[in-house]
Amino acid sequence: MKMVQSEKLIFEYEKRDEEGNVIGMNRAIDGVDIDISEGDFVAILGHNGSGKSTLAKHMNAILVPSGGTMWVDGRDTKDPLELWNVRQSAGMVFQNPDNQIIGTVVEEDVGFGPENLGVPTDEIWKRVEDSLKSVGMLEYRSNSPNKLSGGQKQRVAIAGVLAMEPKCIVLDEPTAMLDPNGRKEVIRTVQELRRRKKVTVILITHYMEEVIDADHVYVMDNGHIVMHGNPREIFSRVEELKRYRLDVPQVTMLAEELRQNGLQLPSGILKTEELVEALCQLNWNT
Amino acid sequence: MIRDITIGQYYPAKSVIHRLDPRVKIICTLLFLISLFIQRSVLGYGAATVFLGLVIYMSRVPLGFILKGLKPIIMLLLITVLFTLFLTREGQELVHFWIFRITDKGLEITVYTAIRLIYLIMGSSIMTFTTTPNSLTDGIESVLHPLNKIKVPVHEVAMMMSIALRFIPILLEETDKIMKAQIARGADLESGNIIQRAKAMIPILVPLFVSAFRRANDLAMAMESRCYHGGEGRTKMKPLVYKTRDYLAYMINVVYVLLVFFIGRFVSFHIWIF
Repeated sequence: MKMVQSEKLIFEYEKRDEEGNVIGMNRAIDGVDIDISEGDFVAILGHNGSGKSTLAKHMNAILVPSGGTMWVDGRDTKDPLELWNVRQSAGMVFQNPDNQIIGTVVEEDVGFGPENLGVPTDEIWKRVEDSLKSVGMLEYRSNSPNKLSGGQKQRVAIAGVLAMEPKCIVLDEPTAMLDPNGRKEVIRTVQELRRRKKVTVILITHYMEEVIDADHVYVMDNGHIVMHGNPREIFSRVEELKRYRLDVPQVTMLAEELRQNGLQLPSGILKTEELVEALCQLNWNT
Repeated sequence: MIRDITIGQYYPAKSVIHRLDPRVKIICTLLFLISLFIQRSVLGYGAATVFLGLVIYMSRVPLGFILKGLKPIIMLLLITVLFTLFLTREGQELVHFWIFRITDKGLEITVYTAIRLIYLIMGSSIMTFTTTPNSLTDGIESVLHPLNKIKVPVHEVAMMMSIALRFIPILLEETDKIMKAQIARGADLESGNIIQRAKAMIPILVPLFVSAFRRANDLAMAMESRCYHGGEGRTKMKPLVYKTRDYLAYMINVVYVLLVFFIGRFVSFHIWIF
């Protein structure tokens, strides 16, 4: 079953000069077709201003397409009657950890979504406990969010989305404002969730290291989808990626350089262990 | 400066008063404040003192902590006291110098006014000391709920209050950061007269406002994406439910108010202070 699907998606906004007069239209998304199946882990990569965040906001009906159609769980996001259903089935985690926590206590924030959905009180408590447990934040349930680290705040935000029991979680650059430790923490949580809860995960990012476990990778540039494939296919096209101002993971980069200098290595190496393995094989053969 | 504001300050402790329903605390505080204004006798104030003392004792908030809360109103208290003391013309003259005269009636009213003001602050700060800002907001929302009928957006106001409480520490931290950044660029925030110092605040306030608006925008988006659509059809994670102790607290409070009322009504004329 298709979880998120778009057809010729276009999003435009008015470009204004300093006095606020409309001087033209800007196309943030231009004819995007995506196709994400239930249970997939999909990564969307792109440089700043490539339109990836705008695309993410369409999946939650925060933005509505100017042209084309977006379906989330079979529902047209343009249909105002389906608005809350769309938002319930595709939960969204944003970039800034501070600006998406509403509650003054961790557990109250996680309960905010279910409260809005009109879930009965007992059920809310159950959901809050479950989702805090699955992101490993249960022991912080009565803390103030202000005292948590960035990574912990993002995990609370993920728990807040989980408590709404979505079929799909859209993470819009969840690690962009975190330090390396927080980044690892959040990615580990996301992977864990995927393994245990089987939710569809759509990760929007510009950190390459985070996408090597994805089932599909889309690369966006200038409002278009320019590359699509599994991580191995994508990362074997190092030159192309560089053209879209994206950094390839260090290991892949190193393997590529070695290959260009005549070593017989396979293309699309993603992990350190893989490179070690390939190098050992090389030594073995000679 | 901001640290001096005691409203919303919470003193964590495990006491009966802390566990009471916020609605009980709000309504009882209101009744207590009213009781202070319907009495004019020693006995009435005695009852108020006993009642307040008991509540403070039960709340386990140290008296010193509560008295500290009086600091910001010392000026107001002094002005009120001096005015009533020197400007009351009724009653028998006790002292007279230049244009001032102190009368027995004036002295009496002054003492009562002072006590009234002090108890007013103490009574309401007991409420904020023993109630977390969150449950206070919940309580206010619930107490004001009837106003919904005359189109007062009670839920929205309560939501705004709780969001404001959440963002106070964040914005304070941000202010601190901006101040340091501007000082690093050579901004002078300390010297000069009031006008110069107020002008020096502009480079701090402008970025602070910009960032606050940006945050508000982000937060609104996050709330919408989590299906927030106002108070309608919303359930509560922590609904307010009255327990036996809450009814008991109401009863005690009503008995106290009635007592004060009858003391003021029938006994007051017999036992004047002078």
